[in-house]
Amino acid sequence: MLSRESSATLMSAVTAFIYKEARLQDEHQYEAWEALWTDDGIYWVPANGDDIDPEKEMSIIYDNRSRISLRIRQLLTGKRHTQTPQSRLRRLVSNIELLDQQPGGDISVASNSMVFESSLRDDTIWAARNEYRLRYVDGELRMAYKKVILVNNEKALFTLSFLI
Amino acid sequence: MNLVPRASQWGELIRPDRVHGSLYSDPAIFEAELQNIWYRTWVYVGHESEVPNANDYVVKSIGPQSVIMTRDEQGKVNLLLNRCSHRGNQVCSYDKGNARSFTCPFHSWTFANDGRLVGYAFPDGYEGQDKSKLALGRVTRVQSYRGFVFGSFAAEGPTLEEHLGGAAETIDRLVRFSPEGEVEVTAGFLKHRVKANWKFILENECDGYHPAFVHSSIFGVADSAIGKLYGGASTAVTRDYGNGHTEIDLRPEFRKRDAPMSWFGTTEERLPDYTARMKAAYGDQKAREIMIDGTPHVMIFPNLFIAEIQMFVIQPLAVDDSVQHVTALQFKGAPDINRRLRQQTMGSVGPAGLLLADDSEMYERCHRGVLARNPEWIFLGRGEKRERQDDLGFKIGHVTDEIPSRGIWRHYRSLMEAV
Repeated sequence: MLSRESSATLMSAVTAFIYKEARLQDEHQYEAWEALWTDDGIYWVPANGDDIDPEKEMSIIYDNRSRISLRIRQLLTGKRHTQTPQSRLRRLVSNIELLDQQPGGDISVASNSMVFESSLRDDTIWAARNEYRLRYVDGELRMAYKKVILVNNEKALFTLSFLI
Repeated sequence: MNLVPRASQWGELIRPDRVHGSLYSDPAIFEAELQNIWYRTWVYVGHESEVPNANDYVVKSIGPQSVIMTRDEQGKVNLLLNRCSHRGNQVCSYDKGNARSFTCPFHSWTFANDGRLVGYAFPDGYEGQDKSKLALGRVTRVQSYRGFVFGSFAAEGPTLEEHLGGAAETIDRLVRFSPEGEVEVTAGFLKHRVKANWKFILENECDGYHPAFVHSSIFGVADSAIGKLYGGASTAVTRDYGNGHTEIDLRPEFRKRDAPMSWFGTTEERLPDYTARMKAAYGDQKAREIMIDGTPHVMIFPNLFIAEIQMFVIQPLAVDDSVQHVTALQFKGAPDINRRLRQQTMGSVGPAGLLLADDSEMYERCHRGVLARNPEWIFLGRGEKRERQDDLGFKIGHVTDEIPSRGIWRHYRSLMEAV
C-alpha cells in the first residue's frame, strides 16, 4: 500500500489526467486523445449490462488499440457524417476514486460522468460509470483500459459517435 | 395530410418512379401501416436458437407491441403478447430468462408459458368463469423457416413460404455457410434508435448507390475493398424478389475474385478449422463454391435484414421513431469464424458503429428533410430504363440502381390498397 502522502500525490495526478481526457473528448482533439493510450489499450463500452463477456456478446464499442486508431482516423477524415458537424459537448466528471495500485503496476481508477451532447438531431444526456487502468509510461500517465458503463446501456440508444 | 388515403388513392402517393414525402412523415399513414403491414403480414420476430431449452423465453416485438417468444415444455415455440388478460399489465419485465409461467405482479394472475391462464388470486370471486377464455393474447400464426421465427396476426393469408417466395433461397444460402447448416443468434443485440421513419431504414438496406458516399470515410482509412463492390464498374446486381423482398447480389464480383473467403477479407489458410469442417460437410468443390460466394445481403420485408455477417431487425415505434436491433450472425460448428464475425460486427454497427452511425445520420436528416414540401416527391427512378430479368424472372439492375426501392413500394402499395 502507498503511504498517505504518496496516495494524495497520485490522486492529484490521476484527477488531472481524467480532467484532461474529458476536455480533449469534449473539444474533439482526436489525436491528442489517442496519444493518451498505451500501445495495448482497450476501449470498451458494454451493452445490455455492466459485466457481459465482450468476447462472446455484442458491445457498443470493444476496440483494441488498432481499432481505436481506426476510429480516430475515420473522425479525422472530416467525412464521418454523424460528426460533421461535430456534436457540441460538455461533460462533468466526479466521484474519482483510486481503487487499487500494485507497486509498479497499473492504477485502477473509477469515476462517474455526465455528458451533455447537442447535435443536429437533438440534445442528449449520457451518464456513465468509467473504469480505468492507468499506467506510467516514460513518466507520463497513460490509459491502458477504459470501460464506460452507460447507465442506460440496456435500452435502445441514439447514435454515440463522439468520444465517450 | 391527416386523413388516411382510401384504397383507390394510394396510387396518387406511390408512382412507379417516385413516392410522396408524406408517406414517411404522416402519423395517420403510420397508423394505417401498423394495421395493414405490421399487424397483418408475416413479420420476423426471433430465432429458435434464442430459446434453445424448454421454458426459455426472450422478449421481442412486433412494431410497438411487446411479444414474449417462449419455448414451452413440449418444445413448441409460442409468440405471446406481453399483456395480462385481466387489466393489461405487462406480465414479463425481463429481456430473457427461463420460466414455466409468468405471474402478473398486479393481481397475481399466472399464465403458463404456452399462454394458458393457470390461476388467479382469490378464485372464489370468479365462480363459473371459463379460464380458457382468459389466456394471454398470442400472435395468430407462427411459422419458422430454417430457425427464423415469423408471426402474422392474420388468421388467413399466404403461408410463410408463399410470403418469402424467391427470397427463401437467400436464407438457404445463408445457413449453408455453417458446416452444420444452422445459424445461431447467441451474441446479444445492440439496439440503435433513430429519430426517423422505419422505411428510410428499410429502403437503405439494399441501396447500393450510397456506400461510396456515406461510407467513404471508413473505406478510405480501412483500406477496404468494399467500396469497389458499389462502384460504377461493379458487376454486382440489385434484385427484386417480389413481396417487398430485395437483395444486393455481390456474387458476380466474388466469383471474379475466385478466392474462398475473399468476400470476408480473409483466406482459407487463415481459417483452417472452418475450411476443414466445410469440406467435410459439403465436399471440396461445393465448399469452395460456398466460400467464394459468401453470405447474402437481403432485406426480407418488412423487418429482417441479413447483411452478410450480421442481422438487423427493424422495429417501428412511431412515425419518426425506430429501433435497429442488430447482432452478429453465428454459424453452428464454426467457432473460429464466429469470433471474427462478432468483432467485425461490433466495429461496424450499433450506436457507435463505423458504418451504421453514418447511415443512421442519413435516416434522421432525410426524415427532417421530407418535412419540407417542395419538391413533394422522393425520386426513385435510377436505372428504370435498364432493368432486366435474371434467369428466374426476377428484376435485376446495376448495383447502384433503385430497383429495391421500387420493388418495396410496389408491394407496399398492394398491402395498403388491400383493405
